[in-house]
Amino acid sequence: MSTTIRLRKGLNIKLAGKAEKILLPEAPVGRYGVRFADFPGLTAKLEVKEGAVVSAGSVLFHDKLIPEIKYVSPVSGVVKEIIRGEKRLLMEIVIEQQGNEKVDFGTADPLKLTREEVKSRMMISGLWPVMRQRPYHIVARPGAVPKAIFISAFDTAPLAPDLDFIMTNTQGGHLQTGINVLSRLTDGKIHLSFDKDGSKVAEVRNLKGIELHTFTGPHPAGNVGIQIHHIDPVSKGEVVWYTDIQDVVALGRLFNTGRYNRDRIIALAGPGVLHPKYHRTRAGASVSAILKSNLRDQNQRVISGNVLTGKKISDEGSMGFYDNMVTVVPEGDYNEFFGWALPGYDKFSYWKTFLSKLIPRKEYVLDTNMHGGHRAFVVTGHYENVLPMDLYPVHLVKAIMSGDVELMENLGIYEVAEEDLALCEYIDPSKTEFQEIIRQGIDLMIKEMN
Amino acid sequence: MNFLLKQIKKIKPQFEQGGRFGKLRSVFEGFETFIFVPEKVTSRGSHVRDYMDMKRTMTVVILALMPALLFGSYNIGLQHTRAFGIEGWSLMQMFWFGFLKILPLIIVSYVVGLGIEFVAAQLRGHEINEGYLVTGMLIPLIMPVDVPLWMVAVSVAFAVIIGKEIFGGTGMNILNPALTARAFLFFSYPGWMTGDNVWIEGLTRGTAVDGFSGATPLALAKLDEFDRMPSAMEMFIGTIPGSVGETSVIAILIGALILIATGVGSWRIMLSMTLGALGLGLLLNLAGSSEYSQLPAYYHLLMGGFAFGAVFMATDPVTAAQTNTGKWIYGALTGIMVVVIRVFNPAYPEGTMLAILLMNVFAPLIDHYVVNASIKRRLKRIKTT
Repeated sequence: MSTTIRLRKGLNIKLAGKAEKILLPEAPVGRYGVRFADFPGLTAKLEVKEGAVVSAGSVLFHDKLIPEIKYVSPVSGVVKEIIRGEKRLLMEIVIEQQGNEKVDFGTADPLKLTREEVKSRMMISGLWPVMRQRPYHIVARPGAVPKAIFISAFDTAPLAPDLDFIMTNTQGGHLQTGINVLSRLTDGKIHLSFDKDGSKVAEVRNLKGIELHTFTGPHPAGNVGIQIHHIDPVSKGEVVWYTDIQDVVALGRLFNTGRYNRDRIIALAGPGVLHPKYHRTRAGASVSAILKSNLRDQNQRVISGNVLTGKKISDEGSMGFYDNMVTVVPEGDYNEFFGWALPGYDKFSYWKTFLSKLIPRKEYVLDTNMHGGHRAFVVTGHYENVLPMDLYPVHLVKAIMSGDVELMENLGIYEVAEEDLALCEYIDPSKTEFQEIIRQGIDLMIKEMN
Repeated sequence: MNFLLKQIKKIKPQFEQGGRFGKLRSVFEGFETFIFVPEKVTSRGSHVRDYMDMKRTMTVVILALMPALLFGSYNIGLQHTRAFGIEGWSLMQMFWFGFLKILPLIIVSYVVGLGIEFVAAQLRGHEINEGYLVTGMLIPLIMPVDVPLWMVAVSVAFAVIIGKEIFGGTGMNILNPALTARAFLFFSYPGWMTGDNVWIEGLTRGTAVDGFSGATPLALAKLDEFDRMPSAMEMFIGTIPGSVGETSVIAILIGALILIATGVGSWRIMLSMTLGALGLGLLLNLAGSSEYSQLPAYYHLLMGGFAFGAVFMATDPVTAAQTNTGKWIYGALTGIMVVVIRVFNPAYPEGTMLAILLMNVFAPLIDHYVVNASIKRRLKRIKTT
């Protein structure tokens, strides 16, 4: 059965530098990293010290509150550095790759295992964190049984990779096993959502045990949070889980081969890149190899993830745990003479106050300038236009600012993640930090509910 | 430009905390960011941001006010020649005459209002808000041309301090600041805000030629002197006595088009307010017994400050309803209230100002019910499953 859901609200940012559909092989990378900021709300307990020798799949640290959830090394090598920030806050574990040792977790058919056995296999092997949950957009809490599991098979973020192109080039044979793993975790359905093009990959089309959905419309239609809202929304007391389609493959691979292996294909894109293309790499790999002599000039910002929600990294930094792209945009550290008053032929905007609306171009270069100072909320009625959900983003943000937990609950805090309101932040003439505030609200909810 | 930028960067340290002019930090920052969009880059959240900012938002509204300002200037000259029987003035002469009369109003409004804004921003350590750039232009446009300048100054000070700053500044106020200024004058100095003389430049000091009356259409309607009212076409074009910017519906409609095309003004409020007034007007045409209620319903859209209020005042995003459904309700009720005050109230000929201020107060309540409906839909999901 397949349903089509048409969304009209949202915005496609016409950013220049789309990745050409050419896949480059994995370049040798010496440095890998696991960043703690990829897991909001996590209190980590280290299990290794600097200098420790690890294999791919060796435990680096675990969740202090749920010790069964392990986080493992993506490669074999030596723990080179444990980077800490202010107040000794854990920032990143850096691993220097050596050799090719892999921990063997043993093969198994998920359909023949109990739910607990499947869970413990996922947690021991370090693949559990690929499951995330709403409410809160955090690593799934294994104690709950989700009412459904969601997978988005397309990404609408600016310059996002074509996930179907990625699946075309992904080794077959593991996807159905991955779905079988998920089917052991829930009593409800597994929802897989496509855009209107569907999938050209036979293995994807022939998947069993899933419910298919088609979404049409601009970004953020590809966000799993939006899809959950329209398929089976999360109410108070309910939990749903979700994961990335490449990680379903990784799950299948774990059960079929017994190895932790998060090889993935990512897109390198953005106006700051000379040759935007697809690359084989793996989560945690340093981006230095793919960026080498590929940047337009030095004053660029490298982002692991998309331009709306990604994290700023150095040009040697590591790919985020969940990211499927690297974006490079020019830094905007310049002063613009009467910039606010210019007609704006070459400025992409949501707003119809720029001439670019009358004479549109195919793509635009956007930089990291704020383009204005922070103000109180003034304009109304526009934030809703870029959020295809039945909720009031500004009211929710104000409820968070005033710390009103009950109101936050009523206004839909359980259904949103930062990424869903990223476009509100992008279009806002008052330059409000929507994403930061949403995360603060979620943190407050987690604290209040425990 | 580089030279200018270098100079600004050179003197900037003196205006920072601890610098020689540290107390003028916000003012300096205000001027600096006016000339140059700052080099500040994103540090968290979305890495790219829209080019739209508050300065540009407010500029669009000021641009939309220009047709009303230009026509208002011309109309002051025109009314002056009619009142005093002057013949032979060219269009430009009338325009300049009027413009030079409005200019002092604009200057006083901006100097007093921005002065207070600067002080308030400095006390709070905030950046200077652009909101007053619009308010400061709205206020002269809703004043009678002959109003004494000191009264404008006092009303601006009242509106900015009591109407806005004590609530926390732009974005936090409940009442529209420009209308607060006008309401303050209206109740404090009614002699200068009502009557037949204040609308024509010079009429409060001199005597008009025989047979000329400076009465506005609304005043005539209140006195049941419908036969003396100007034609609908005259009211549409705006060659009638009235507040500076409110008379010409055409000029205001041009502004409305700018606001709607850019998405800065809410077409929902403009349309629903028009429909509300028209609806009640038609109902009165059918059922009303007084002569006033038999006035064609569309006259309400042409008379007085209705058009100006619907396009520039009721749409103020801060004081209007904020949800789309709420905007329909808010606009319609405002339109209805305008006609109710005009037709049924014995004291005030004009209802637009009071209707909008009243609905400003109710806007948060309307939003509350609209948002609650969304909350109820969310809660219902739990009960059904």
